[in-house]
Amino acid sequence: MSTNLKLRHPIANARGWGSAKGGTHHFIVQRITSVALALLVPWFVWTAVSLVGADYMTARLTLAQPFTATLMLAFVIALFWHAKLGLQVVIEDYVHRPWLEITLQLVNTFACLLAALASVLAIGRIVFTA
Amino acid sequence: VTLKRERPLSPHLQVYRWQITMTLSILHRVTGVALVAGAFGLAWWLVAMAFVGEAWNTFNALATSPFGMVLLFGFSACLVYHLCNGIRHLLWDIGWGFEIPQLYASGWTVVALAVVITALIWFAALGGVA
Repeated sequence: MSTNLKLRHPIANARGWGSAKGGTHHFIVQRITSVALALLVPWFVWTAVSLVGADYMTARLTLAQPFTATLMLAFVIALFWHAKLGLQVVIEDYVHRPWLEITLQLVNTFACLLAALASVLAIGRIVFTA
Repeated sequence: VTLKRERPLSPHLQVYRWQITMTLSILHRVTGVALVAGAFGLAWWLVAMAFVGEAWNTFNALATSPFGMVLLFGFSACLVYHLCNGIRHLLWDIGWGFEIPQLYASGWTVVALAVVITALIWFAALGGVA
């Protein structure tokens, strides 16, 4: 502020760049997905361990079961949602060049969304071609 | 008038004595970022399983190679740690455990649980409970 030769008050530069009023929603969705994942991760680890050494058809038929497929769908959706929110905060914290930050935020959003969609599609195909 | 004077910075990380709380906090973020990579690995696994072909064999060959096993071990350790410490975070969110002794106790509990559970997973995965 020592070289503020403009007559505009510095706060004028800050206005409009502050809180987007979306933080609370972000916080809550991060918590909801974390509770979902806290319940689903033990099931996922159990399923994954039970599939160690399984051949292709065994693994595929396991995943094609309605119960397994439903939980796996819930798991990948909660997982990539939670991942997107978490990585978003990491980018916000450490990347300060505006164009780079916006680019990385878009890459994060698109990559997590595409991976979630591909996973959902894959689970659907496993179920419907069992 | 260009006044360029080095302004004092507030004390940063290096002035603090090591505490378990800071390490676990950093680890939570690091493991979270690592798990994003693991999530994409899961998406690859599902897609490889759904769309029959060389993809499944490629995935299996990598997953059972020494490099793949190290990766899987890393992801499993990150997952277990992030889950345990995530539950610690959720307990804070409902207001539990903010006293310093509780913080340290819950921190060391998370470390112990992460080690034990990761070991149990690999004991089971490597044929411990065939």
